[in-house]
Amino acid sequence: MSNENLKRVVIEPVTRVEGHGKVSLLLDKDNQVKQARLHIVEFRGFERFIQGRPYWEAPVIVQRLCGICPVSHHLAAAKAMDVIVGADKLTPTAEKMRRLMHYGQTFQSHVLHFFHLCSPDLLFGFDADPAIRNVIGIIKKYPELAKQGVLMRKYGQEIIKATAGKKIHGTGAIPGGVNKNLSIEERDVFLKDIEQMVEWAKGALKIAKDYTVENLDSIASFGSFDSSHLSIVREDGALDLYNGGLRAITKDGEKIFDHFNNQKYHEQIAEEVKSWSYMKFPFIKSIGPENGWYRVGPLARINACDFIDTPLAEAERAEFMAITEGKPNNITMAYHWTRMIETLHSIEKIRDLLNDEDLQGTDLVVKGKRREEGVGIIEAPRGTLFHHYKVDEKDQITMCNLIVSTTSNNIPMNTAVERVAQEYISGKPEITEGLLNRIEVAIRAYDPCLSCATHAMGQMPLIVSMFDYEGKLIDKKAK
Amino acid sequence: MSEKTIKFKIDGKEIQGKVGQTILEAAEEAGIYIPRLCHLKGITPHGSCRVCTVKVNGRPQTACTQPVVEGIEVENDTEEITEHRKNIIDMLFVEGNHFCMFCQKSGNCELQALAYRFGILAPKYPYQFPKRELDATHPDIFIDKNCCILCGRCVQTSKDIDGKNVFEFVGRGPEKQLAVNSKANLAGTDISVTDKAAEACPVGAIIKKQEGYAVPVGKRLYDIKPIGSEIENK
Repeated sequence: MSNENLKRVVIEPVTRVEGHGKVSLLLDKDNQVKQARLHIVEFRGFERFIQGRPYWEAPVIVQRLCGICPVSHHLAAAKAMDVIVGADKLTPTAEKMRRLMHYGQTFQSHVLHFFHLCSPDLLFGFDADPAIRNVIGIIKKYPELAKQGVLMRKYGQEIIKATAGKKIHGTGAIPGGVNKNLSIEERDVFLKDIEQMVEWAKGALKIAKDYTVENLDSIASFGSFDSSHLSIVREDGALDLYNGGLRAITKDGEKIFDHFNNQKYHEQIAEEVKSWSYMKFPFIKSIGPENGWYRVGPLARINACDFIDTPLAEAERAEFMAITEGKPNNITMAYHWTRMIETLHSIEKIRDLLNDEDLQGTDLVVKGKRREEGVGIIEAPRGTLFHHYKVDEKDQITMCNLIVSTTSNNIPMNTAVERVAQEYISGKPEITEGLLNRIEVAIRAYDPCLSCATHAMGQMPLIVSMFDYEGKLIDKKAK
Repeated sequence: MSEKTIKFKIDGKEIQGKVGQTILEAAEEAGIYIPRLCHLKGITPHGSCRVCTVKVNGRPQTACTQPVVEGIEVENDTEEITEHRKNIIDMLFVEGNHFCMFCQKSGNCELQALAYRFGILAPKYPYQFPKRELDATHPDIFIDKNCCILCGRCVQTSKDIDGKNVFEFVGRGPEKQLAVNSKANLAGTDISVTDKAAEACPVGAIIKKQEGYAVPVGKRLYDIKPIGSEIENK
């Protein structure tokens, strides 16, 4: 696109937990949005500096690229290392300990996002005074809800500690298994509060569901668009956050590929590089880079799976799918509802696991024939996460490729930003606080890392500058 | 014939040592921990790390090499000496590349444990970020020179206990580094994973392959008790 006679609006920084992002909008002389981009300007580098390290360090090192969902990276890397050490089937104790860790992680991550980051938008409205529209506002007006959010998150974090050794950056998953089981004492602490957690998860889900249903007319088009969806699913088509084959569906629910072998993911998924972002652009190869992008995360998973194997969440899934008569739901704001369905599913899974005696087993590690290449794919809270490694005969990592969830949601987030900008900026020369928040609301629906910390205290560190095509500053807003 | 007792004092407390004992050994028998890194039972003490430095009648000496002498006054747990020890530990950290957060020796590392014992949570000297090599050629043992503190325990253990002479030091001053007595690498030596030298490293420089993180956080050696407590609680 020629930039001649276009104005550029830059939102910088959109704060990310471990870095920065920015939004840039190009407007023509009639202030119509011609282009909207979310740039991730932070350079990650883990793929490079893991090279040369011994493979068993990967699950412990690579998880450090994130402080929000390190468990996902820990487990994805461990699953890849299972392949490397030839552990084709883990012991029941090892697999269930890892699953418990993962459901604890998903539970706490989804809860954090819902209660701390997005609930102010849902409960106070996009245009509410930012001094109120934050987590402190939630604590003041909805103290019981705020308390539930804190205690639910704590519950998930304690499960992570009991399975990984630490709440953040633990060591529980090792190549071929785990390094600990769950003691009876640890189990009993969790069992004491489990029913309360299930009830609170149901309550949070109701808020997200009621909000979506009551506001369906207005949010149906908010940053929404048709897209393909990608997820792993269990052999029988059930939602499975820990293990399964890759499934991609079209906007109408037609399968593009199904139960695809994780080890060969690169036969279906490729990545494109663009000069304006450090994030790559993954796409489904058979469709091509232009239209092969897809969504991941709770919405994609609920759309892609055939059913959920826990009764409460399955009933909610059925209700959710009824909105679109069983077809995939492509409403961006529906992410919140599906995220809460998964929260309920996670706590149901945790309840099942806590009552499973395999968690007290002592057979923790298996190994088999050593391989030189391994892929680990897991459904992280924010979506499908790919870890791919090559290891030489000296046990040193020679290649690492990571496709993180936020990367897969790169084009979807860009598209959502563009839709919102076109709806709310086009034709309006002045940038309002409501606009800024709407852009964030659209990004935040995907729960990317960069949503964190930008909003919670009502001091969203956003600066929007609008320049005319000669580079002259014509408007600037900060909040 | 009864063994002759040598009486001396550590921080004013009367200690009874034996002929031929070092200050460090006599202190240990008396339940007094003198911090150390290069000292390892079974090898000849050489006083290289200086962490065990005490004052003997006012003069700095390494407790691992200094024999007990009748009537000496030893200063160990004083503010001045603790400060010196903290500085040494601090410098060892910044001189190498010690990434405790993912090091598989974490929780079992003597350097890290000493830092915790002394309350060092972050170094005060600037990191040197040296470029150091890995040697992963051996099928069972891995050398990560990023963590090497040049204590010499592996060199001496291989020589004195294993009788193999696998390790050596090369270079001088800041260029000094651990090397192996082979033209190429560790795979070219006769070291075996069952050698005592493979277990002699106080830090994460020499590690056994494929064993990383097998012990969960909370159950590792120094997760349970601080370093030195096994001597102090005897």
